[in-house]
Amino acid sequence: MTSLDLTALLPAIIVTGTALFVLLLDLFIRSEQRQWLLWMSLMGIVAAGVANGLIPVQGAPLLQGMMRFDEISKAFNFLFLLGCGLALMLSADYLVRQGIARGEYYALVLLSTLGAMLMASSADLLMIFLGLETLSIPLYILATFLRHQTNSQEAGLKYFLLGAFSSALFLYGIALVYGATGTTQLDTLFTILSESIEGEPLLLYAGVGLLLVGLAFKAAAVPFHTWAPDVYEGSPTSATAFMAVVAKAAAFAALLRVFAFAFLALSSSWMFLMGILAVLTMVLGNVVAVVQLNLKRLLAYSSIAHAGYLLIAVASTQNAMLLGPATSSLLFYLLIYTFTTLGAFGVVILAESKGENLSLTDLSGLATRHPWVAAAMAIFMISLAGLPPTAGFFAKFYVFSTAIQAGELGLALLGVLTSVISVYYYLRVVYYIYMRPTAVERPVYLSPLTVLGIALAAIGVLALGIYPPLALSWIPQTLFVLP
Amino acid sequence: MDLIWLVLALPLLGSLINGLLGRHLPKRLIGWVACGSVGLAFLISLRILFDLLALSPNQRVPPQTLFDWISVSGLSTQISLLVDPLSTLMILVVTGVGFLIHVYSVGYMSHDSDYSRYFSWLNLFTFSMLVLVLADNFLLLFVGWELVGLCSYLLIGFWFTRPSAAAAAKKAFIVNRIGDFGFLIGLFLLFATFGTLDYLKIFEAAAVPHALPELTATVITLLLFAGAVGKSAQIPLYVWLPDAMEGPTPVSALIHAATMVTAGVYMVARSHDLYMLAPFSMNIVAAVGAVTALMAASIALVNNDIKRVLAYSTVSQLGYMFLAAGVGAFSAGMFHLTSHAFMKALLFLAAGSVMHALGGEETDMRKMGGLRKVIPWTWGVFLIGALAMSGIFPLVGFFSKDLILEEAFSNDYVALWLIGLFTALLTAFYMLRAYFLTFHGKPRYDEKAVHPHESPAVMLWPLRGLAALTIIGGILWISWMGFTPLNEFLSPVFAGVAEGGREHTAALSEGALIAISLLVALAGIGIAWLVYIRGFQPGEALRKTFRPFYTLLEGKYYVDELYYSVIVQPGRLLSQFLATVFDLRLLDGLVNGVGALIDRAGGALRRVESGYIRNYAAWVLLGTLGILIYWLMR
Repeated sequence: MTSLDLTALLPAIIVTGTALFVLLLDLFIRSEQRQWLLWMSLMGIVAAGVANGLIPVQGAPLLQGMMRFDEISKAFNFLFLLGCGLALMLSADYLVRQGIARGEYYALVLLSTLGAMLMASSADLLMIFLGLETLSIPLYILATFLRHQTNSQEAGLKYFLLGAFSSALFLYGIALVYGATGTTQLDTLFTILSESIEGEPLLLYAGVGLLLVGLAFKAAAVPFHTWAPDVYEGSPTSATAFMAVVAKAAAFAALLRVFAFAFLALSSSWMFLMGILAVLTMVLGNVVAVVQLNLKRLLAYSSIAHAGYLLIAVASTQNAMLLGPATSSLLFYLLIYTFTTLGAFGVVILAESKGENLSLTDLSGLATRHPWVAAAMAIFMISLAGLPPTAGFFAKFYVFSTAIQAGELGLALLGVLTSVISVYYYLRVVYYIYMRPTAVERPVYLSPLTVLGIALAAIGVLALGIYPPLALSWIPQTLFVLP
Repeated sequence: MDLIWLVLALPLLGSLINGLLGRHLPKRLIGWVACGSVGLAFLISLRILFDLLALSPNQRVPPQTLFDWISVSGLSTQISLLVDPLSTLMILVVTGVGFLIHVYSVGYMSHDSDYSRYFSWLNLFTFSMLVLVLADNFLLLFVGWELVGLCSYLLIGFWFTRPSAAAAAKKAFIVNRIGDFGFLIGLFLLFATFGTLDYLKIFEAAAVPHALPELTATVITLLLFAGAVGKSAQIPLYVWLPDAMEGPTPVSALIHAATMVTAGVYMVARSHDLYMLAPFSMNIVAAVGAVTALMAASIALVNNDIKRVLAYSTVSQLGYMFLAAGVGAFSAGMFHLTSHAFMKALLFLAAGSVMHALGGEETDMRKMGGLRKVIPWTWGVFLIGALAMSGIFPLVGFFSKDLILEEAFSNDYVALWLIGLFTALLTAFYMLRAYFLTFHGKPRYDEKAVHPHESPAVMLWPLRGLAALTIIGGILWISWMGFTPLNEFLSPVFAGVAEGGREHTAALSEGALIAISLLVALAGIGIAWLVYIRGFQPGEALRKTFRPFYTLLEGKYYVDELYYSVIVQPGRLLSQFLATVFDLRLLDGLVNGVGALIDRAGGALRRVESGYIRNYAAWVLLGTLGILIYWLMR
């Protein structure tokens, strides 16, 4: 290990250090000072973000070929830190209100973010697995954080059991790939596969398939999505927001590393699978969302549906030429998805009292009572539906136009069609907010930090919708230096 | 010149501030934000003008500032702004006159409860028009074009609780849409022909000899002109403009002077390279312009509503502008656009001041009269405006109108010249008629109920400013040893236009032409004076002869009624049929069917969510098996 390697790891080290520090500090402070832990965590995230921005990218793999710190790692690190920071801001008063304000919450969120960062910076399948577990285990705990409620316990247990199941499949996939090729290093895999495939290809294919299952599970792509609605509904909303955004983005980072890079030579065969997954995910996610009346379940299915659109972007990375546009469309989509989803969950958090599980009717008349909150929610819904002038429109447009460039006209068309279905249930939320009279005078907890988080998200959605280059210039255009 | 984006951003920002936060802001601040944003935009426009003047003339043409909207690999959408003499002139007019109207509104709307909404839309209107004129391609122009239409809808229907205002707003919007339909098809055709909508690329490609067949050029330009006919209120789509009086008076001033109606003229001038390739379209433009000028002026002769007289006058003057464009005198058209902006803003705001004096709502001139002594400032500026509109030397209207007539004559459009000349006579008559009815004679308003009072300073200062512009505006076109300021300024833009009528080889000399049009204007004023001051009553025989004519004019040629029975009524019947039979039964059935299907599918698919972990795990297993089987099968 050289000092160069350590510098490149600095963002991850800062996040780890903050997590441990917060955990330790929690022992020495009084319970009413817990807000400090949040501020500490946010400062750590900002510091990690700054470090991530300042450290130069490195072409060669680090740590004996286990990690790499390239443009992609950098972009994803920013994304995770943004998602983590916003999710923490949303959790500010919510935890207190739910009576679960404990120091470990922040540490767990930070450690989970660390796992995501490791996944995105991996140069080895084993490292991805390590990242995956670092990401997942805190999430299992976070899901059960409302431990006095049965559905939170149930959510945690379900997530844990199914997650273990999929991790096992993923690990088995690594073993098979290693058996077929003799390596788990992504660079080496790329080189071997682009020259010739030796030995028993069936072994390799089975391994690749199992890797796909493991990552599709984390991304909540159909038919590996079954855990998502129950888990999203049962977990504390602030944790749901975090897992809907960061865990999903991490899964796509790994999909990109494994499929669009290491297995690029096999693209002709996995592309079809990816397309099928995208179709199933878009159709099922959107169609089932139509009948949801529970807000968190609705957003859960919405996040499943969006995994479908993201899969289109992955499916468009069929050759080295298309890698750049497809990756940057994926990143842009993830960025917008982060803003909108966190914003939408933020509004749910504002409206949620202790021990509640909100349904659509609980939002009726919000517009007359809290016009700004209502306007923000309307912006998020419109963006999720992909209508201009919000950024959601441009994100979808970018993904679909890349798909058309890649010759995936069918996927693009289906994407547009299912988006039309999604307009129905997203605008129904707006309908309840604006057109329905207030049924019960429900409280809305306008805690400053949460409101600030929502405002940031809303501004991001609008600003990037009107002027996308703000983010596009930040997203690298040429991402991989193919060996 | 790098500041150009601020010209757009400031009014938009003003609109956003007043629109979003206006309810919580004090009225004073709202006024400052609204006027300040447009005023600053005007100052920046001035700066841009000086930057342009510092360049040598032929450097002023290519677009100066670029603004890339989206530019990523595999996708690029550029939105660029075009700064050349033509667009600079337009932004100066829009922000300059617009600024004065904003200031005036501060006083005029001071009692309205929806103060912030009004200013928010007024700023948005200005912004839209600026987008329209600063666009460097037809697509962005179209965006501005539609935004202007939307804003006019919002502002004409500002007092939306009045049914007449709501109806007028709808009418304006729908009639404009009809023109836009043609315009849009024209754009499609342009794109199909040239593969781009960029002005410069299109004009460059069109400039290559024989690159563009004359037929294509004719069709494109006529379709574009259809849009201009709607937006600039020409025959047959002028009917929305007189009804647009339902909005607050400063809005009328804005629509008539700075924004909206000038868009069509600007668009034709902007695409003169295309029009020059289509002589037939040019003739159509000139003829439509001339006939509209005459027809609208004749309706104005008998109308008793002060704002409607001014509205028909606008339609008529726009006709002049198209006449100028049609005979190839684009700079003359642009000059008249500028000069008309001064005069019409002045007249409208003065009319608003009259209404304000009489309590706010009165527009019927039969209930005015004798206001000269009571509101002297309003009287003075209205008189200046009326004389300028009539074409009296040395006011700005004299120069611009005379120029158009001269160009028509020297380009051998003698018939159109005669129509224009006759229209000038009518113009002088109806302008002075309006003036005499309003300010002279005995008061006809209810003197017990109404106590006329002069408007506050915040309304008078814009009037004074516009009056000053009307008086001195003529210097833009006074030749100093062969140097005409505005013409020189615009000439790089219109470089491709053949200068046909400069030599005056025609039968009448320049001097004679000027003398004729002055005489005509004086004659019109004289007749008005005879009838409305001296009380001259035409004989019984004369009356009888002209009775049907008068009725026809009073009924505004019954065009509205014609449209109603030929288009609106059958259209309504057709829609009713489609709504009840086609839509309700067939389409709704289909759509509801699809919706119900998705709903049912959602319900069925939801069963996947049984809640049992074993079932969930089974799904994962099933998916995994599916993937493995796929690998085995291939």
